[in-house]
Amino acid sequence: MMMVSILNKFKKGLKKTHDNLTTVFSVLLNGLNSLGTEETEELEEVLLQADVGLETAEKIIEEVKKADIDHKNHNEMNAALKKTLKEFFYLDDKRALTLKEKPSVVLFVGVNGSGKTTSIAKFSKMLSEQGKKVMLAGCDTFRAAAIEQISVWAGRLDIPVVKGFSGADPASVAYDAHESALSKNIDCLIIDTAGRQHTKDHLMEELKKIINTIRKKDTSQPSEVFLVLDSTTGQNGLSQAQKFNEFIGLTGVVLTKMDGTAKGGIALRIEKTLGIPVKYIGLGEEFDDFCEFDPDSFCEALIN
Amino acid sequence: MFNDLTQKFQRLFKNLRGHGKLTEKNIEDALRDVRLALLEADVNFKVVKQFIQKVKDGVLGSNVVTSVTPGQQFIKMLNNEMVSFLSGGEPETIKSNDNIILMTGLQGSGKTTTCGKLGLVLKRGGKKILMAACDIHRPAAIDQLEQVGKRLDIDVFADRALNDAVKIAEMAVRRFTDGGYDHLIVDTAGRLHVDSSMMEEIKKIKTVISPSKIYFVADSCTGQDAVVSADSFHKALDFTGVILTKLDGDTRGGAAISIKHVTGRPVVYVGVGEKSQDFEVFYPDRMVSRILGMGDIVTLVEKSEEAFDKKEAERLIKKVKKNALDLEDFMVQLKQFKKMGSLSDIMGYLPGGAKLKGLKVDDKELVRSEAIISSMTVEERKNPSIIKGSRRKRIADGSGTTVQDVNKLLKRFEMTAKMMKNVGKMGSRIPNFPGVGF
Repeated sequence: MMMVSILNKFKKGLKKTHDNLTTVFSVLLNGLNSLGTEETEELEEVLLQADVGLETAEKIIEEVKKADIDHKNHNEMNAALKKTLKEFFYLDDKRALTLKEKPSVVLFVGVNGSGKTTSIAKFSKMLSEQGKKVMLAGCDTFRAAAIEQISVWAGRLDIPVVKGFSGADPASVAYDAHESALSKNIDCLIIDTAGRQHTKDHLMEELKKIINTIRKKDTSQPSEVFLVLDSTTGQNGLSQAQKFNEFIGLTGVVLTKMDGTAKGGIALRIEKTLGIPVKYIGLGEEFDDFCEFDPDSFCEALIN
Repeated sequence: MFNDLTQKFQRLFKNLRGHGKLTEKNIEDALRDVRLALLEADVNFKVVKQFIQKVKDGVLGSNVVTSVTPGQQFIKMLNNEMVSFLSGGEPETIKSNDNIILMTGLQGSGKTTTCGKLGLVLKRGGKKILMAACDIHRPAAIDQLEQVGKRLDIDVFADRALNDAVKIAEMAVRRFTDGGYDHLIVDTAGRLHVDSSMMEEIKKIKTVISPSKIYFVADSCTGQDAVVSADSFHKALDFTGVILTKLDGDTRGGAAISIKHVTGRPVVYVGVGEKSQDFEVFYPDRMVSRILGMGDIVTLVEKSEEAFDKKEAERLIKKVKKNALDLEDFMVQLKQFKKMGSLSDIMGYLPGGAKLKGLKVDDKELVRSEAIISSMTVEERKNPSIIKGSRRKRIADGSGTTVQDVNKLLKRFEMTAKMMKNVGKMGSRIPNFPGVGF
């Protein structure tokens, strides 16, 4: 995919999201003389509405206040705010996809309904287009018709899928898939897992078991462990990321459903607090509604 | 959070004693904590502002400060304010004459799973249920509803040949009428409120089937955007109520308040787990407890009511209040826990339950624990503190476990006793629970 088209897609998707925000911002900034109490409050509310959380919002405002600029100047304010927001996304050197020895294993995890399977379909297509041989492992043996769902996507993409029967041990499905990936000279094995609440230890142990099974075969894997996070998620997103990270170690966040009105500000808090980079965003239900996360575009779109 | 908040206020008011009435200035810090708590719970920031103002007005100049427990009083005010806000309006649960029920919501909110759960509740009430698979968009969504239906023995209407959700809904109504069913539950595709063609589709479905109940299914961990999506869905459909899902996680669920605020529609049911029976009627006071972080004692009490012997409960509560729990009681509890459901579910209902990290929740542990206690003498059960080295060894041998297991159990007992002590302290709430004998 061309870089420009990705950027356009991104901007288009975010446009809807940020039309409202932009209005608020321009009203706010145009009428701004200095960062007084009232303006601070307004700015705080805009940030709160974006789900960055109170503490993060306060930090951002503190930074903007400190900035050595003319706070009456719209453009300077805008730039300072953008700069501050961007500084919260500080993990640019870790944002690129890392695929180790093949078959490199990429695991998608997350709470129920966050968009794991759809994200996998889009991610697979992206890798296929880069000339990689991709295989899917349907390890959600719990939810009704989850296997059918991933099979449909695999069929549409014409890529192989290894699946377990309903109720099968997900780790054994992962094992079989890895065997098969080895024998078929697959570049990247993508594992779909059942949605689970991060508070349920036994379900988190199940994820650990999948990873251990893979590690027994190749200690360098998995290459990536992605937390799929619905952008409508509020502050609980931090708890989700914390728990998944604690149990299985996350390497990145995939922020989904960014074509709605939610701002996904919780991702900013997660990156800042836990040091887990946002790597991809999902912008719709079509195959191509998926792109690499670009903090510049994100922050740009957020305030303008 | 609730305990933290209460303590904070307690300290604050302690310092204030003798200073007369409360002023805006001296409660500011405390209010900031309340604000933080509510925002962390994802209550919409505008609503938070209103709550804070109301409570502030209520407390300013009042003589809360002279009361014995000003901290609790303050939280109680906040609590009551929130409960009454959530309680307004008729609870729109399903009555027997509600024949057609339409389910709607964003992608991944849990509509299909909830269809099954709702179907099961109605079926258990002796009704004949039909579910309709109108999600023609997501791959295998029809399969999913069919599998749910099969598992629960509920009929499902689907037509894979038809690529038109409105037509499928229409035909489902015909089947519903012809088949002598009591309720029809219509599952629909998840959609974004800004997707105009999909919103047109759901409006058409509504027109064609004229449902008597329309539920907006919302994920309980939704953040500030809840007001935006709920408002759009409400404007398009005028939904009757809300079903809040995935409350088995640790989200505080402030979205319940946000949605009520913007649509005026109450939460009616809540989804609380992965199993089809993990579905409950919504209680505002419990939700507020959760948002403020004080655990859901009432649900626990009700669950335990089903399993507990009333007299046994009375005896136990007396002991809890006297802080005189022993391992005999612990054994009884273990047995009752087993009847009530898995330990992990129960922990979630207790205040601070989520925080008890050291407690691994493994239901096999229950069996092991029972074996260990069975191997103790009566004296040891009554007075666990006498169980030292050699006794531990004997008990381990007798129960086929290890000394470590025994140590673990004793530690767990200690924690439980502590936890129950806290429950006991919340005494003032407990006598108000209807039907509970303590």
